[in-house]
Amino acid sequence: MAEGVAIKHEASQAALQHHFENMEQQREASALGMWVFLVTELMFFGGMFLAYTLYRTKFPAAFASASNHLDLTLGMVNTIVLILSSFTMALAVYSSQVGKRRNQIVCLVLTIVLGLTFLGIKAVEYYDKYEDHLIPGQLIPGRPFKPEVQEPGTPYDKHKLHLLPGATLKNVEMFFWIYFAMTGMHALHMIIGVGVLSVILFFSWRGRYGPEYHNPVEISGLYWHFVDIIWIFLFPLLYLLGRHLEHM
Amino acid sequence: MQTSWIPFIPESASTVSGKVDALYFYLSGVTAFFTLLISGVLIFFVVKYRRRTAFEIPRPIAGSLKLETLWSVIPFIIAMSMFAWGAQLYFENSRSPRNANEVYVVGKQWMWKIQHSTGQREINELHVPAGKKIKLIMTSEDTIHDFFIPAFRIKADVLPGKYTTQWFEATKPGTYHLFCAEYCGMNHSGMIGSVIVMQPTDFDNWLSGNASQQSPAVAGQQLFQSLGCVSCHGANGEGGRGPALVGLFGSRVFLNGGQTVTADEAYIRESIENPSAKVVSGFNPIMPTFQGQVTPEQLIQIMSYIKSLQVSGPPAPSTAAPASRAEASPAGATATPLLNRK
Amino acid sequence: MKAFETFETPAAARVNYINAQYGLKSWLLTKDHKRIALLYLGSISFFFLVGGVYAMLIRLELLTPQGDLLSSATYNKVFTQHGIIMIFFFLIPSIPATLGNFLVPMMIGAKDLAFPRINLLSWYIYLLGGIVTIYALLAGGVDTGWTFYVPYSTTFSNSYVIAAGLGIFISGFSSILTGLNFIVTIHTMRAPGMTWFRLPLFIWAHYATSLVMILGTPVVAITILLLAFERLTHVGIFDPANGGDPVLFQHLFWFYSHPAVYIMVLPSMGVVSELIANFSRKNIFGYRFVAFSSLAIAVFGFLVWGHHLFVASQSVYAGMVFSFLSFAVAIPSAIKVFNWTATLYKGSISYDTPMLYALGFIGLFTVGGMTGLFLASLAIDVHVSDTYFIVAHFHYIMVGGALFGYLGGLHYWWPKISGRMYPEGWGRFSALVIFVGFNLTFLPQFVAGYLGMPRRYHAYPPEFQVFNVLSSAGASILGFGLLIPAIYLVWSMRYGKHAEANPWHLPGLEWRTASPPPTENFLTTPIVTWEAYEFAPPEEMQVIGKMREEAVSSEQ
Repeated sequence: MAEGVAIKHEASQAALQHHFENMEQQREASALGMWVFLVTELMFFGGMFLAYTLYRTKFPAAFASASNHLDLTLGMVNTIVLILSSFTMALAVYSSQVGKRRNQIVCLVLTIVLGLTFLGIKAVEYYDKYEDHLIPGQLIPGRPFKPEVQEPGTPYDKHKLHLLPGATLKNVEMFFWIYFAMTGMHALHMIIGVGVLSVILFFSWRGRYGPEYHNPVEISGLYWHFVDIIWIFLFPLLYLLGRHLEHM
Repeated sequence: MQTSWIPFIPESASTVSGKVDALYFYLSGVTAFFTLLISGVLIFFVVKYRRRTAFEIPRPIAGSLKLETLWSVIPFIIAMSMFAWGAQLYFENSRSPRNANEVYVVGKQWMWKIQHSTGQREINELHVPAGKKIKLIMTSEDTIHDFFIPAFRIKADVLPGKYTTQWFEATKPGTYHLFCAEYCGMNHSGMIGSVIVMQPTDFDNWLSGNASQQSPAVAGQQLFQSLGCVSCHGANGEGGRGPALVGLFGSRVFLNGGQTVTADEAYIRESIENPSAKVVSGFNPIMPTFQGQVTPEQLIQIMSYIKSLQVSGPPAPSTAAPASRAEASPAGATATPLLNRK
Repeated sequence: MKAFETFETPAAARVNYINAQYGLKSWLLTKDHKRIALLYLGSISFFFLVGGVYAMLIRLELLTPQGDLLSSATYNKVFTQHGIIMIFFFLIPSIPATLGNFLVPMMIGAKDLAFPRINLLSWYIYLLGGIVTIYALLAGGVDTGWTFYVPYSTTFSNSYVIAAGLGIFISGFSSILTGLNFIVTIHTMRAPGMTWFRLPLFIWAHYATSLVMILGTPVVAITILLLAFERLTHVGIFDPANGGDPVLFQHLFWFYSHPAVYIMVLPSMGVVSELIANFSRKNIFGYRFVAFSSLAIAVFGFLVWGHHLFVASQSVYAGMVFSFLSFAVAIPSAIKVFNWTATLYKGSISYDTPMLYALGFIGLFTVGGMTGLFLASLAIDVHVSDTYFIVAHFHYIMVGGALFGYLGGLHYWWPKISGRMYPEGWGRFSALVIFVGFNLTFLPQFVAGYLGMPRRYHAYPPEFQVFNVLSSAGASILGFGLLIPAIYLVWSMRYGKHAEANPWHLPGLEWRTASPPPTENFLTTPIVTWEAYEFAPPEEMQVIGKMREEAVSSEQ
């Protein structure tokens, strides 16, 4: 037991970088660093949120038509998946704080799996858009934006775009441009998050994190929650707003 | 204000140029005063308090709230005077006069295409009469340009997919520079021209000397037919399945959803390109978009046709009649139909 | 006998950060903030040279009105690349990444920045961004102007817009990481006793700068990314053909690029605060006002971007609000100028080179700031925007402000950085040449601008020639003046007189360790018991001064 304590103490000493005075200072610095980074991220997404707001106000009908074409079920499932992953992430941080290594590993694995599930579902959604010729512009060479439009009076076809009165295809294309920009950027952040958590998982397998030293787990958790929160905003903006116009 | 004797001031040839110069002189004076004051004090201190022995240490002075407040408040008051003057002048200049002669400007790489409301077309030249208010309605066919006449102290960006306006009243006959002031590609510095201000009688001669082409309103009427607008808006814009267009321009329009909007150039353009954005109260959004189907110039023509549809006058626009227009101006006859709609 | 308590290494074991390790690898993999600062110094000097060559080409071309030296396509590329290189690869990293990197930890008594690896990463990111941009220049150049206005940049330009944009996008992250590092370091790593109000004003200025870096840079990053995708996919959110609004780009662009001006000038103000206080041996007049005015400038700086759009179809009322706020942001700058001037009152002012730059800065910044009021004033801006008046104004801020502060700071801390003194006579001479050359270059441009000469013109009406000839003559003097310090600073690294730990005899923490400092900056953690710019009490100083004078005279 005494030996274990000594090793732990040594481990935390080894984790102290030479330019910090003590662990407390190091912990404070890394946490503040992550918060500052998240502020930066917020501004990064902010530019896109502004563009979305502007054009939604300008072209409400087109944005509602395009929004209605998104798969609400998949979006909903993804939202639940992400919220769950935030929960497991929080548990992983807690487990490392109280030194339960097995729980910590289990929770990290769960978080990664949920993150990958999200990305998988997102990929399915993207493929649907590809099928329906909804990838804007010339992004995919040889497959320009050219969705089929549902003629009024014809039976409902979920692969066809149902244009509300006043919506133009050009503006629908703009919606999908913004949709791909925002969700793509979010997915990129998810991929980075999964990568970071894999590294954390590796070190936690090696028993690096315990009650005395767990900043990396904590700040990765902060990042993960932030990426979730971005989705919490994306989901209603892209999937839900304007849905009621369908039934007007 | 007579400024021609002052060096480094461009020619002053519009009703606003003298006012802008006056503000400029005020700011220049304040700038010169403070620059000289600060440099003077700086040099005085630097000489007077130069280091005399290598290791002297002056007594510290922490600061003075009184002084700090003083030199925060005084600059603030001066800055606010500048703000108020500049904003007031800008506000005054930004309101287009209602009774102005309209000139349509289309910028494209790298030339200015100009058409008078009477039909005459010019490229890189703008002939205007002195002492008349001229309103420029401008758009671009490609990238952003900027219509800049230094002698009039006016400038405004010319944007694709949008109309911008500016106005001036030239005071002095002569030839003045016209520059493109927004970088627009390879030959940006070649996108220049001249504004030729003439005495009103000379201008009328110039107008009649230029075989008047079809006026934009007439061309607009033809487009109104050929694009099929007539089927909903009526053969003479009297309305039908779509709202009436007679007397529309300048009026208040009630929209579905309860808002109201003034029918200006921007509204008409938006209603052609994005009809569902603002649907008139009591109508259905059935109009297809004409985005990409009409060129900026055609859009101007349709717009000037719609403007010509006034309640009192006959719906058909008169073909260019420079002389009659010149006579009509003092009576303000062109202005009356625009006011008191609804 | 030394006046100030030191935390210096014993002279016998004089291992410093330069000779601690040898070999290329020890530099390229270093985590020492001082070495990283030198890496930055080398790379930004290179980019400054490239940008300077472009500037010379511009001035050569504009000697004659016809546009005969370069073709207009080439000229457009030259001014665009001058802007891109100077702004994104010289001015923005200039003071923060070199002097800031070197001095922020030393001035607060820390061993390093909070994240040394991220600091090194930021240099590599900067370098990668630079290489991508240089590639864009060599492959064929870019001709959109440094502002990348759409739809020209997305649809009409046939140049390497994506590559250049990517270079700027990448280098933006280096600036974000630098800002992040500074904020965290200043918050968490101050030495015991180093309270917020004992911080040198250089640190306050860097704190404010860092705020702008982390809040503004990501916005321009996403804007440029959207632009690049729009160019790639031939459809997007700025394209009017799609119902997009090109003015949205301008809003997003200036939301960063106006505050970016403060990234350039705030650190310079920090340097000048140091120089004015230290070379007149006075504490700064109204320390708190100067400190908080930096923060005020950073915050207000984010609210004034719309003054770049007064003639870009922005609404009249928006124009008025932005005009009002732009006048408001002038006040904290005015406070600084007055406080610097008041600091000199009853000081003990020396005429060393750094002080000459600081005094030059105050004069030029006053002109630059006051002419900014012309642009904030709506009715005048309508006439002068996009003319040479604006060109002159922002060069007064960026060269007269940022560059003068940078050069002053570089001379001031050169003994600490290199361990050698620069030749003082040459230093004063070149400062004077640069001042004269600068004014001759840019004063005539104010006049040409008000007369109506538009910017970015390859050929111009002949009546503007006299101003352009003056300007070009000034530019050659300025260029010559800038070569002198380049030469003697490099020369001094080998042949300069060895510098003492505290050659200027100052109280700041960075002067209480060896020159050049050891890798860990201080051998023991310093404990700060004095206020910023606290020169010893006069009684004590007189005694010390007498003793030193006696010591000097007995040596002779």
